[in-house]
Amino acid sequence: MEQKTKIKAEEGKQELIITREFDLPVELLFKAYSETELVAQWMGTKVIKLENKNHGSYQFETSYNGNVVFKANGTIHTFIPDQKIIRTFEMENALIGVQLEFLEFEKKTDDTSKLTIQIIYKSEKHRAEQLKLPFAAGLNMAHNKLQELLVKLK
Amino acid sequence: MNLRRDVFQAIADPTRRAILLLLTTQSMTAGAIASNFDTARPTVSKHLQILTECELLKQEQQGREIHYHFNPNKMKEIADFIEPFRQMWDAKFDKLEEVMKKYKNK
Repeated sequence: MEQKTKIKAEEGKQELIITREFDLPVELLFKAYSETELVAQWMGTKVIKLENKNHGSYQFETSYNGNVVFKANGTIHTFIPDQKIIRTFEMENALIGVQLEFLEFEKKTDDTSKLTIQIIYKSEKHRAEQLKLPFAAGLNMAHNKLQELLVKLK
Repeated sequence: MNLRRDVFQAIADPTRRAILLLLTTQSMTAGAIASNFDTARPTVSKHLQILTECELLKQEQQGREIHYHFNPNKMKEIADFIEPFRQMWDAKFDKLEEVMKKYKNK
């Protein structure tokens, strides 16, 4: 089966390209990015601020057991409904730094659409920091699975 | 019996996982790696040996120094390095689709 979400991370480059096709009309896909309530639902974060306009800004915050575990913010450079968002994104207290994101919303058919996100990092090293996060989680998961297996074997 | 070292054995140790993470973005000498840990240097050397034996790390002679590199090929390909990141996004986008389908049917 073809993968729905694709990531292109060429070696020697400081960008990532994420593409995904949705069983949603492009208007609904765009809404998922522009309506505070909906962003909060699918991103699983609290949306402190979301100003959908040129030169607007946004702020996300996620808490777990009463502690803030994730904070991110950025400014919106360009906002064209159902077509395009150009914004910065910064995860606070992370080594990734500020990244520039170009989000393009494309109509495929009346009921399907495609999202292309081009992310540009400060350097290839910053991009590696980004990729490292889930990789690290993956390593830990692999380790936990191994441990579970070993416990079962005992 | 001397068990062959494998990748799972290598990542079963938190210090070794930390070493791998440290080396994902740069190559370093054993001394530089050891300075990141409170563990005794021979212990770090042992970890490096295990990681090298199972090919997660590669050694490269640079003048009088030996530098350690992360070997992403061992994680099959660089694509596997990206795979957890891709899966994270895939799950997020699945959620987006689910949220929006509900929203549409309201």
